[in-house]
Parts: sequence; C-alpha cells; structure tokens
Amino acid sequence: MNAAVAALRAVLPDRCILANDEETRPYECDGLAAYRQLPMIVLLPENEAQIMAAIAVCRQLNLPIVPRGAGTGLSGGAMPIAGGVVLSTARLNRIVKLDPTARTAVVQPGVRNLAISEAAAPHGLYYAPDPSSQIACTIGGNVAENSGGVHCLKYGLTVHNVLRVRMVTTDGEIVELGSEALDAPGLDLLAVAIGSEGMLGVVTEVTVKLVPKPRVARVVMASFDDVVKAGDAVANVIAAGIIPAGLEMMDRLSTQVAEEFVHAGYDTQAAAVLLCESDGIAEEVEEEIARMSEVLSECGATALAVSRDEAERLRFWSGRKNAFPAVGRISPDYYCMDGTIPRKHLAHVLQRIEAMEQKYGLRCANVFHAGDGNLHPLIMFDANVPGEFHRAEQFGADILELCVEVGGTITGEHGVGIEKINSMCVQFSRAELDAFLAVKRAFDPAGILNPDKAIPTLHRCAEYGRMHVRHGRMPFSNLPRF
Amino acid sequence: MMTIQDFADTIGHAAASKSPLCIRGGGSKDWYGQDVQGTVLDTTTYRGITDYEPTELVITARCGTPLAEIEAHLAEHGQMLAFEPPHFGPNATIGGTVAAGLSGPRRQAAGAVRDFVLGAVLVDGKGETLHFGGKVMKNVAGYDVSRLLAGSLGVFGLIAEVSLKVLPKPVAECTVQLRMNDVEALRRLNEWGGQPLPVSASSWHDGVLTVRLSGARSAVDAARKRIGGELLDDADGWWRALREHDTAFFKDAGSLWRLSLPTVAPPLAPPLALQGTQLIEWGGAQRWLRTDADAATVRAAASRAGGHATLFRGGDRRDGVFQPLAPAVLAIHRQLKHVFDPAGVLNRGRMYKEF
Repeated sequence: MNAAVAALRAVLPDRCILANDEETRPYECDGLAAYRQLPMIVLLPENEAQIMAAIAVCRQLNLPIVPRGAGTGLSGGAMPIAGGVVLSTARLNRIVKLDPTARTAVVQPGVRNLAISEAAAPHGLYYAPDPSSQIACTIGGNVAENSGGVHCLKYGLTVHNVLRVRMVTTDGEIVELGSEALDAPGLDLLAVAIGSEGMLGVVTEVTVKLVPKPRVARVVMASFDDVVKAGDAVANVIAAGIIPAGLEMMDRLSTQVAEEFVHAGYDTQAAAVLLCESDGIAEEVEEEIARMSEVLSECGATALAVSRDEAERLRFWSGRKNAFPAVGRISPDYYCMDGTIPRKHLAHVLQRIEAMEQKYGLRCANVFHAGDGNLHPLIMFDANVPGEFHRAEQFGADILELCVEVGGTITGEHGVGIEKINSMCVQFSRAELDAFLAVKRAFDPAGILNPDKAIPTLHRCAEYGRMHVRHGRMPFSNLPRF
Repeated sequence: MMTIQDFADTIGHAAASKSPLCIRGGGSKDWYGQDVQGTVLDTTTYRGITDYEPTELVITARCGTPLAEIEAHLAEHGQMLAFEPPHFGPNATIGGTVAAGLSGPRRQAAGAVRDFVLGAVLVDGKGETLHFGGKVMKNVAGYDVSRLLAGSLGVFGLIAEVSLKVLPKPVAECTVQLRMNDVEALRRLNEWGGQPLPVSASSWHDGVLTVRLSGARSAVDAARKRIGGELLDDADGWWRALREHDTAFFKDAGSLWRLSLPTVAPPLAPPLALQGTQLIEWGGAQRWLRTDADAATVRAAASRAGGHATLFRGGDRRDGVFQPLAPAVLAIHRQLKHVFDPAGVLNRGRMYKEF
C-alpha cells in the first residue's frame, strides 16, 4: 500500500477509497471517452468534513485532485491526472431543503439535475437549466461547467439560476459565495466559481432558484430549403420581439439521421429544420405561436407544423434530443464540437464546415442552439481506421478557430477541459491567460485542484504553435517555436 | 478623445509611481461606496456604441457612453437593458453602470447587471489591456471575469468596453396598486412568485403594494384579472421615479440602508423599522430602510434574516458601507485585487478599506 493511500485511509473510511485498477477503471474518463487516464486513487467522500480531510491530505502530499460529478462532461474536465486523486461528489446526493415559498432548493453537489425538478414538481416549480444529460448529470458538475440546455435563451444558464455555492478551497477553508438573497456583499465571486471547471474549489452545497413550471408549451416546426433562409428566420423571430423558450436548428444530415432513428416527422428534404417553442399560460402561447408562425412563413418556410398536444410536442423534440445517438447509429464514432458564433455568421460558418468535410474526408452533421448561437458540429469518424481520430481532432480544432475568427468562442457550454486547451491559445492572449492562471492561484495557491485543465500555460501554447493574433500582433514573439 | 492606449499609459504610470487613481465616468454615483481617493481618471471622452445588432441581442459600447444614449438607441429598435439600471443623474455612463452593479425594478424578473454582462475589455492596474468573455450569449472559455467586473467598483481596473445582452421590450405592460400591510404584501408576492404570472416589478410602501405586469398582451390581461387592484396612470413615470430614488421616501435626509434579503424574510419590525420607514422591492428581496439604528444592529438583523445590509446613502460611513466579509472570502478578494492591481492604485478602498 503506498503512502498516499495510507494517509487517506487514516482520515476516510475504507468504503470511501478505491485504489485497485479494476475499481478505478470506471473513472479513467468522463463523457469524452477518447481521452483516458487511470487515476492513482478515487475518493468517494460522504460529507463535507471528509472532503476537507481528504483535501488536507492531498495538499500535504502535493497530490493533484480532479473533482468529479457524474462524469457526463464532454471536454475531459473530469479526466484524471496520472498519479493523482479523483474526488467524486456522487455520494453527497441529498436535497437538504426545498422551500416552495422562497422558491429555492439547497442541494448537495451529487444531486442529479433532473432530481431537483422532480422534487419541485409537486409545488408547480422546476429548476430551469436542462442540459441534455440532465437525467444523469449532477448540480456540482453543472456549477463547474456553467451548463445550459435547450431553454437557456429564455431561462438562462447555471450562472443565472444558482444563488449560492458553498465550497472547500485547497487552503482548507470553507467559503460561501452568493447568498440566499439575490446578491452578496463584495465581489461577485459566485460568477467566477460557476464555470470554473473544478479548478477553484470543491463544491459541497448549492442553493438553486426554482421557477414556476409553464402551464403550456407548444412548438412550431418549420422547414427551409436553404440554410441562409433558416438563419434569417431565426434573426427575424428575435427582431419581432419574441424570445422563444427554445429555438433549435438542424441541418439536412442531422435531420435525416434523426428521422430514421425516431420518426419524429421531420422533413428530410429540407436543408434545415427549425424548432421554435413558446411556453406560458395558454392564451399567451397561442398569441406567441401565431406571431412566430407568421414570421417563419414570411421568411420562406416551405412547411410549418404546430404541435397540437403534448405528445406531438415531445415527438417533434425527440429528433433533436436524439440527434447525437442518431449520428452514433450511422458512424462508429463521432466527435461533438461546441463553438458559439454571432448568429449572423451561421451560413458562412456552415459553408466553411462543408469545405472542411472535403479537406479531412469526414462527414459532419450540425445541430445548432440557434437562439443563442451555440453550434454543435458532430464530426463522424471510425477510431479503428488509423489516422481518422487525429483527423477528426484537427477538423474540430479548425472549426473552433473559425468560431473565434468570426467573433465567437471555442466553447459555449461543454467547457474547455483537456479537449480544447490548445484552442484557448487561439482565443486568448498571453496576458489574459496569465490573468486566468493568477485567478486560479487566488483560490488555489497550492495549484493542486484540477491542474493543467482549461487554462493552458504559456509553454503549452508555444508548443501548440497556433498563436493568438489580435490586431496583427503575435504575443508570443519572444519565444522559440517548436 | 482618450484611446485605450492612453488609459493604459496613464494607469501604467500611476502604478509605477504608486499614485492612486479614481476612475470616474459621469460622476453620478460618486456617493456610492466608500469615499473616493486619488486623481480622477475621467472616462467620459471614451464613448460610443461600437457594435449593435438588434437580432443578435447584444450591444457593445465604450465605457464613457451615456447610459441615456444607449437606452434611447435600444428603444429605437424596441429593445432595452432588462436590468433597468438606475441612472442617479443625467451623466451616468455605461461603464459606471456596470462598475456600480446596481439594478432597477425589473431585476426581480429579468436579472441583475451581472446576468447581462457577456464580455468586457479591462485595462488593469498594470496597464494591460485584457479581453474577457465576448459578444455571444454562451461562452465558457476561461473564467467568467467579465461578470466579476459587474459591481467591482473599478477595483480591478478600467472597464473600457462592455458587451451586454439586451432583450425586447415587453409587448404589453400595466401597473396595479392594492392596499395592504407589509406582512400581507410579502405573503402575496411570494405566492405570485411561485405561479406563472408575468410580474416584472413590485414595490410596497406605506400600505400600498404596486405591481407591474409585463409580457404578452393576453398574459398581462389574465394576470391583471387575477391580481386585481387599481390601474396606475403614468406607470412608466412612477417606476422611473422609484428607480431613480426620486420620491419623498428616498429624498429624506438621514441614512438610507439597502437590505438584500431572501424574499421570505419577515418584515422588519420596530424598533428597526417603524411604519412608513421601509420600502420593499424585488418581490421582497430588496428592502430599503430609514432608521437611526446603528450599523451593527442593522447588519445583525440582515444577517439573521439570511442577507446583508449596505449603508446606501448618508449616515456614518467611517466603519464601511458594505457588510464585512468572512475572513476566507476577504482573503480571496485581496488576492484577486493583487492579481489585477498589484500596486493597489485603482479605486483604492472604494469597496473595502483593506484593498
């Protein structure tokens, strides 16, 4: 038994420590299964005191800690570090308090996203952010990634729906960020903690906002014979003063594979299909659906269908929600990208992606959170064909650079993790990356919490060889290139 | 007109010579926070909307752009800053609005300044120009430093440019008033908050609950029937006066406290609050208090209720206007200050005397 295991056994019950390869194997990757690393130890603490004790040991032994929720993340943020510890919050899975009058819930980090809404449902309330993995993903992970979902244009991201986070820092301190009220004194550290990819502290408790469940929801499905027209239709819906509850676009390939898989009733001849949802009270939804339909028709929709009942609404959505597994049926492997772009550049970006398909000899289906500009290209490849995964990775990196080029970002909701760490060198300057690293040190001076994720070092960027260029200046000009 | 480089040079020199600077836009909120120190760094000449595409729901403007200009421009396209920021003077700038982090009546429904910040250009205390966030709605690349700047009171640097999410103005809006006491008002506000009602603002004062409904015409009509009350004329003017603290309650001399509390916190009881000396907003989450009680008493009451208290205007400001921070949280504040302003020259002590 090595010294680290012995030291951890001294402070945690045996049932909370996994140290054999067969036990730790399930933790070697998260939802980004192409990147794997076996950890030395996996810890499954059951309460905050155990988390503090474990962190104290790790700090003393200088062991890197990778916090982990359900491991559904798509950017390798929870991928272990060689010789390090994975700290799972899965066993802290209690809803501590649900106050229907205050419309808040206090939950432990291992509570599943959907479990909060289920617990709130009897009160006519729910937790709004609904990432597609919501059946499995945990609130602790949602805080780490600032998760969104298909309804976030209207209802916001995790950062808009969390009031308070309690976390343990590697200093061994418990810090409370935010409060049960709408704000807290001092700097808005809560905003920095949310989306910090488990690098600033280990979350031990979260207070979330609950909102009234809309009485009715209906969705308009519109077909377009041209992607440009579909993009313009999205802009015109917004210009008409409507914020849809959901506004999604699928290109022809994703529509076709989804239709074959779930028979959602999609128009497989369309160049793009839009799903535009309204929710609220019945009269309001009727009013909004009428206005949406009018705008979509004016923009040249070749077909329009409005869901007549809840079953039909769910059927229209089923294709979009199953787009990823549908792609999985026609391709042995796929690689999901997550850039965000100003919506006006959609047609240009899709054309460029099409050209990249030729260049890399790989197909790509596109689903798009059209309301907020978040694009998910699904690059299809076969990992058993030598070189294909590498080509898919390069294809993905090219897409992300394109997103930055048109004024967007390399990740809208999946996080940087280990996957997009090189692309950070393209989006940010040396001074900006230095600032991020310094922010991390302000919370984690020991530098043991999920190190080497999300924020690349200067050295790493130099090795990557793709430099941030702004105003034509190369910020790494003083460094040798590899 | 100043350029970013001019600002960077000025700040760089100030850092080198350890000369404090006070970053100032229109000066409409000079009174907010601790006393200002240092030579004024005027941002008002660095102005102009640099990017606005109504269909993208994003506006980008330089810090010295008057808030009124931005609101007028958005209104031409039927859009608005949904956090409904108070101006507190005709010269308010967008940079100062973000740095002060104050939100108006619509905050209870739409969110605060920080909820709408998408990106910012910061000239930090080292004279470095840093870009955080961007002009898109969803962005999780790097830590969310741009939201951290909302309400930072300039302690990290000059917020030179900011991108904000904007929203369409509601199709329909109306305001009703109902007579009731504070206990009943808080009970109703919390009850309505749990139902799909389009309440976009609320205020209780001196026995009258005022509620604004905003949204689709049919939703507003249905809610009005449900809630009842008397329709208020010139509702826009009424909410503007409240937002700008241009009412008798706010114009009184003496200390004005802002308490940020859970909406379900009970009404403030005598002797802390006497009849007519409190004004409740944000569904119960923001409570304004006129009181002669000392700071320790007010802060203790706010803490017990699960919130915090700010000495907003007047009173004895020597012991700090903001609620003291827990030691571990203060330590992180000091570290962050050191990250962005190691020489400690920018808006020193404006938030807390420790930095």
